[in-house]
Amino acid sequence: MTEPTVPEPYVAESPGREAWRMYSRNRTALFGLGLLFVILAITFYGSFFYAGDAYDIVWAPHEPPMVTPEFPLGTDYLGRDIVTGMLKGGGPTMAVGAAAALITMVIGVSLGALAGFYGGWIDTALMRFTEFFQVLPALLFAMVLVTLFSPSLWTIAFAIGVVSWPQTARLTRAEFMKIKELEYVTAARAIGAKNTRIIWKVILPNAAPPLIVSAALTIGVAILFEAGLSFLGLGDPNVMSWGLMIGANRDQLLDAWWPVTFPGLAIFLTVLAVSLVGDGLNDAFNPKLRER
Amino acid sequence: MTASFFIRRIAYGLLLMLGVVILNFLLIRLAPGDPAVVIAGEMGGIDAQMLAAIRADYGLDKPLPTQLWIYLSNVVQGNLGESFFFNQPVATLISARIGPTILLVLTAQVLSIVIGMFLGVIAARKPNGPLSGFVSVFATIGYAVPVFWTGIMLVILFASVFPIFPVEGMRSVRLRDAGPIAQFFDVAHHLVLPAFTLAIIYLAQYARLSRASMMDVLGSDYIRTARAKGATEQSVLFKHALRNAALPILTVAGLQFGNLISGALLVETVFNWPGMGRLAFDSILRRNYPTVLGVLFFAAAMVVAANILTDLSYRWADPRLRGRE
Repeated sequence: MTEPTVPEPYVAESPGREAWRMYSRNRTALFGLGLLFVILAITFYGSFFYAGDAYDIVWAPHEPPMVTPEFPLGTDYLGRDIVTGMLKGGGPTMAVGAAAALITMVIGVSLGALAGFYGGWIDTALMRFTEFFQVLPALLFAMVLVTLFSPSLWTIAFAIGVVSWPQTARLTRAEFMKIKELEYVTAARAIGAKNTRIIWKVILPNAAPPLIVSAALTIGVAILFEAGLSFLGLGDPNVMSWGLMIGANRDQLLDAWWPVTFPGLAIFLTVLAVSLVGDGLNDAFNPKLRER
Repeated sequence: MTASFFIRRIAYGLLLMLGVVILNFLLIRLAPGDPAVVIAGEMGGIDAQMLAAIRADYGLDKPLPTQLWIYLSNVVQGNLGESFFFNQPVATLISARIGPTILLVLTAQVLSIVIGMFLGVIAARKPNGPLSGFVSVFATIGYAVPVFWTGIMLVILFASVFPIFPVEGMRSVRLRDAGPIAQFFDVAHHLVLPAFTLAIIYLAQYARLSRASMMDVLGSDYIRTARAKGATEQSVLFKHALRNAALPILTVAGLQFGNLISGALLVETVFNWPGMGRLAFDSILRRNYPTVLGVLFFAAAMVVAANILTDLSYRWADPRLRGRE
């Protein structure tokens, strides 16, 4: 006699695990994640183990790449090593991108949540405010803010955050308006939950998937913003960054292509990696794609 | 009905512009340091007499609301301040630079919409075909490339490898006294690289968007009806389907206009295009705030105008909206 088989109890998969299962099936998204890890690892460890200062003049100017073994990517117009610049410049670029995305999300999610949850005049007022910010060309407004309040990594991150939140606010508002009508919100209200609890503990976790995707894409946009500002010479002059390298070498670009090409490639690959991760998360969270 | 919509839309636009003026005023006040020094801007050694003149002009010794009122009435009269470096009123400086920026931005907008929609429509016919793959790869790449870097790469390519397009400025010096037709072609020739640099990002986005939108539309009943009544494939695609698929692109194109101006700022700097972006950049380096804030004002006005035009064209393109307020 065999033992009667007891069916395994059904355990629902946690949303995070389910999303990861979907994500890991997506080859492009995995490539993006891998690329992102490689870039982070290279800049993080590189800036630790590569002793030189990115501002130091170490060789003759405009040494082409692959000629001298010590300077595989060549030197710039002053004779600074491009590899050192790339390694030391990656950290600040990504840190500003991440900080700016965080500020964007904090402002955008707070205002969007208030507008979407309360509706009425609060919604009208906040949306008018949002529309006003959407009228200002973002880069120009960020340029003004950075110059008025002297450039440092924090001012730059803050300026980028201040100009980029409207889209996040609109997205959050739409999600909140949709979710607040659902039954579980009514149920939470029925057991006496306060508004703040409903906003933070009930609606926000359920609105999280599109907001996480938007956060990933915001990091990409913020990195491009930082690069643009540094390229224009409006970044922190004491901190090397990829945009700054391109901007500083721009006037000599017809004499030497490499000092402007490699940092730009690094910005491109970083933003590409972040946006592939964002697209992958978007697909992973999308229930319509789940059964494929 | 449309007229009253139009009037209300313009009134709201003016309200937004009033907001921009107030913001500019606040920015000058919020900046660290003496506002008179901020307004004087680039001048290193400002003499006391000049500062006193600025204080009197802007009423800086009066209470804040009065100052705001003085600032507002100045702007309404077209007085955006003086640029001491160029020794010209800001309004005059900007009016000389706004034309090239509009030319660049509109050309890029038209190029990206037309080419993007064309690619999207063709790709939508074979959702898994090679062109569809190309469109989505291109859109992903276009999103990730810094626009100034694309410009720089094109400058290197066309200055040293294929010298067929000029990489700097808007006119050739040797054609300064040429006839209008020669001048037109000269400007168009200079426009090619900056406009394409700016268009590439949006072109890719519109291609992806119109591909998705066309695929939606092509599955609908009226397309089957059109096919059933024997319409040619061309007429189905470009007449029946595209008209409906174009609406989302119109919306996005309107929303993107502000980003397009931001991009133009960088592109103008790369190609030395004599527009507002270049002026803003030069003025920021000289800490000339009245000019910078003037550029911000005019750029915002362009976005407001573009939004109004988008709303109107939306109503023109979608008759269902016309009756509504």
